[in-house]
Amino acid sequence: MFYLISQHDRAFSDQTRIEYGKLFRRFVLTLITLLFCVPLLFVFGSLFFSAGDIWVHLFDTVLKDYVANSIILTLGVGLCSLFLGVVPAWLVTMYRFPFSRLLEWALLLPMAMPAYIIAYSYTGFLDVAGPMQTTLRELTGLNYREYWFPEVRSLGGAIMMLSLVLYPYVYLLSRAAFIEQSVCVLEVSRTLGCNSREAFLRVALPLARPAIVVGLSLVMMETLADYGTVQYFSVSVFTTGIFRIWFGMGESVAAAQLSAVLLLFVAVLLYLERRSRRMARYHHTSSRYSQLLQKPLHGMPAFVSLLICGLPVLLGFILPFILLVNWALSTYSKVIDSEFYKLLMHSFLLALVTSMIAIFIALMMAYSNRMKATRLNKFIVSTVSMGYAIPGTVIGVGALIPFAWFDNTLDKFLYDNFGISSGLLVSGTLFTLVFAYLVRFLAISINTTEAALGKIKLVMDEVAKTAGLSVFNMIKSIHIPMMKGSLLTAILLVFVDVMKELPATLILRPFNFNTLAVKAHELANEELLAEAAVPALAIVLTGIIPVILISRSISQSRAGNA
Amino acid sequence: MHSAVETKSVSIEFDNKKILEDVSFKLAESQIASILGPSGCGKTTLLRCVAGFEHPQSGDIWVNGIRATNPQYILAVEKRDVGMMFQDYALFPHLSVAENIVFGLRDRRSLDAKSRLDELLSLFELETQAHKHPHQLSGGQQQRVAIARALAPRPRVLLLDEPFASLDVELREQLAIELRQILKKDSISTIMVSHNQLEAFAMADVIGVMDEGKLLQWDSAFNLYHKPENEKVADLIGEGVFIPGKVISETNVNTEIGVIESHIPHHFKINDEVDILIRPDDILHDDDSPMKAYVIDKAFRGANFLYTLRSAGGAKLLSLVPSHHDHEYNEAIGIRLEIDHLVVFPRRSNR
Repeated sequence: MFYLISQHDRAFSDQTRIEYGKLFRRFVLTLITLLFCVPLLFVFGSLFFSAGDIWVHLFDTVLKDYVANSIILTLGVGLCSLFLGVVPAWLVTMYRFPFSRLLEWALLLPMAMPAYIIAYSYTGFLDVAGPMQTTLRELTGLNYREYWFPEVRSLGGAIMMLSLVLYPYVYLLSRAAFIEQSVCVLEVSRTLGCNSREAFLRVALPLARPAIVVGLSLVMMETLADYGTVQYFSVSVFTTGIFRIWFGMGESVAAAQLSAVLLLFVAVLLYLERRSRRMARYHHTSSRYSQLLQKPLHGMPAFVSLLICGLPVLLGFILPFILLVNWALSTYSKVIDSEFYKLLMHSFLLALVTSMIAIFIALMMAYSNRMKATRLNKFIVSTVSMGYAIPGTVIGVGALIPFAWFDNTLDKFLYDNFGISSGLLVSGTLFTLVFAYLVRFLAISINTTEAALGKIKLVMDEVAKTAGLSVFNMIKSIHIPMMKGSLLTAILLVFVDVMKELPATLILRPFNFNTLAVKAHELANEELLAEAAVPALAIVLTGIIPVILISRSISQSRAGNA
Repeated sequence: MHSAVETKSVSIEFDNKKILEDVSFKLAESQIASILGPSGCGKTTLLRCVAGFEHPQSGDIWVNGIRATNPQYILAVEKRDVGMMFQDYALFPHLSVAENIVFGLRDRRSLDAKSRLDELLSLFELETQAHKHPHQLSGGQQQRVAIARALAPRPRVLLLDEPFASLDVELREQLAIELRQILKKDSISTIMVSHNQLEAFAMADVIGVMDEGKLLQWDSAFNLYHKPENEKVADLIGEGVFIPGKVISETNVNTEIGVIESHIPHHFKINDEVDILIRPDDILHDDDSPMKAYVIDKAFRGANFLYTLRSAGGAKLLSLVPSHHDHEYNEAIGIRLEIDHLVVFPRRSNR
């Protein structure tokens, strides 16, 4: 990447060379983008092929369930996260009550908990043999089947599990929106006759609405992408359907077609998200902030606020975390062996390699866009940054077909012409896996890198140039120090997401290659919840690191503390 | 008749730093007051105390004849019947111009609201902008929307925090004059915070000069300029220099630029060491005058030059001279004293 920039710098002395450099850079970026689109093209391309009678069968049997359950699940999770996210965000921003400072960042902790892992812990907790029902029986003297108890492995349970770990998206974005609002806007509404409740409903909430909708669309996209939770709870939705049709019935074309239908749902959410982001720009109040004064609460209001903000943390993180630790303590001697270290190595290596490649590509794209925001550059960035919307299952399906075809064709060609067999070169190797991760998670590093680079004003580059710094020195002594924190965050976020990723890994991993996530999934499905706790805990503990980083950076970004 | 706003010994401190100290003033109904002072002097805090966003630790505030700082019950902002315009306007970005303006009206869909909106739109020449959103407006238009919004509910007291600060210099004075006419027509009592003297002079009936949390003088612009009560006010308002002198009679003071005579007795004792405030308009340029001073600096101000001069005795003087008298640096030019109001202060030791 640096050499690309220094070529740009030499433009004055060597015109031809920069032309080649530019062309090369354009070529590389376009190639990456095209490669990036491969899974999508294949998923949508499948619509032009006939899958045979299977659709008639699907229509008659399960398709209705897939659609209805997916919609109920998505809307249910959206609604719950809305309440779990917005109300605490307002409370911790505007008021002071016991533990409010702690809760301000603790409310993000459930982000570290993958949905399928929280599902395992609650299943263990609430099952017939779990501590909850056992205690209940001991207290009441009733026997199993003599009382009603909610079944956690159900659609409703899935809604609860997903909401408990996804609400932080809504919390994070609405809190940022509340903080960004100039206090003057709220104050002016007071001089115009609003009391504080009306000021919230008529000014603060409408102003934060676009940001809240962005958070909500992210939550719903994640819900549609979830596989681990719904599979474990046996809820029939799109992702579980895709798995069943492909791996259960062996109908790959129909699975790809179902993926295309899922993508239509995702597209609606993506549109909603993009539109709200645009609107949010116009909902900016002035840049002049006065110090946000948090009103102290006492008595009942303080207690209720503590309850509203504390419950999501307790249920979304603390309780499942304690359960996991408890199980892990009872099984670690059995589970931690050389096999486990191999799992750890696999997960860490995959995560490290992916996050490094991601940050490299992201920097290349961001600098390209900074030097010259051509239409091509902008298109590339906006295409690639849509990847997070594509469910891992869909990427898995979309990558497996073309790569397998490529391998088979190459193998056949080589065998027919030269009598040698190339075997599987890309499909069924780590290459495909890393590729799938990149499609899904590149967006994170691009967004973070672009934001970080955007904060370095172009004027600073000009100042550096007038001070006689070479481009290399400018990047070394100005850009890198200013971006260091954000780049680290970008790397960590991708790292953790790769560690957590389940469905794409399940589809694309090489034979007999396991990661922590896959192992936890396998153990849980074999009803070995206590054994699953060790790999699950490893994932959660890694996940906490970026949460702490994010919470630190947002508490520093508080308006008026600048 | 009670006053529109009255403060009595209002004091406030943040983190052991005194922001307001013993501030008392009375604003008569339908008068326009301006609080003038350097940034950080506490003027915005004073305004926010009147609005009800800050609460004084001691002292009292009456707004529209109601005690707003009763220790048992502090009158909430929304119950004080004050309108406020913020320095950055704080328009609601999610609402149109029309929706912004009617925000504070009780029944926003009533005919009354509609007619009030039309009235304000035409008064501020915003008819064609009614459906636009704030980000589509120019700075001057945003400012007018902000004032219209504050005026819409017909508040009895209007508070303006640096209302012209974000505007171009050319727009400021014109808008100040227009705004004054509107406020006077509707008899709205107003307090405006400003750090710009010309704005304050153009708008206000009465001006309060603040420095370091203290209200130094509450008076008309003319008196602040010509009869400052203390040296700080003299320093802050207008330009001028102090020259040392010695009292020789009830009306006369001897200085190195001659004996200066006052029409009114100055209350100092004979032989007192004093400082005398000399304004640039007190020193006239006269080529025929026998008294000469050297040009040490000059600043072109369009119609005038502001000359910085050194008298034969070494005193620094300022003089406002019509700009066709263009003199060279170090040239000796003739000057004449013409002082109507002799402003005398006891000698400051460090001067």
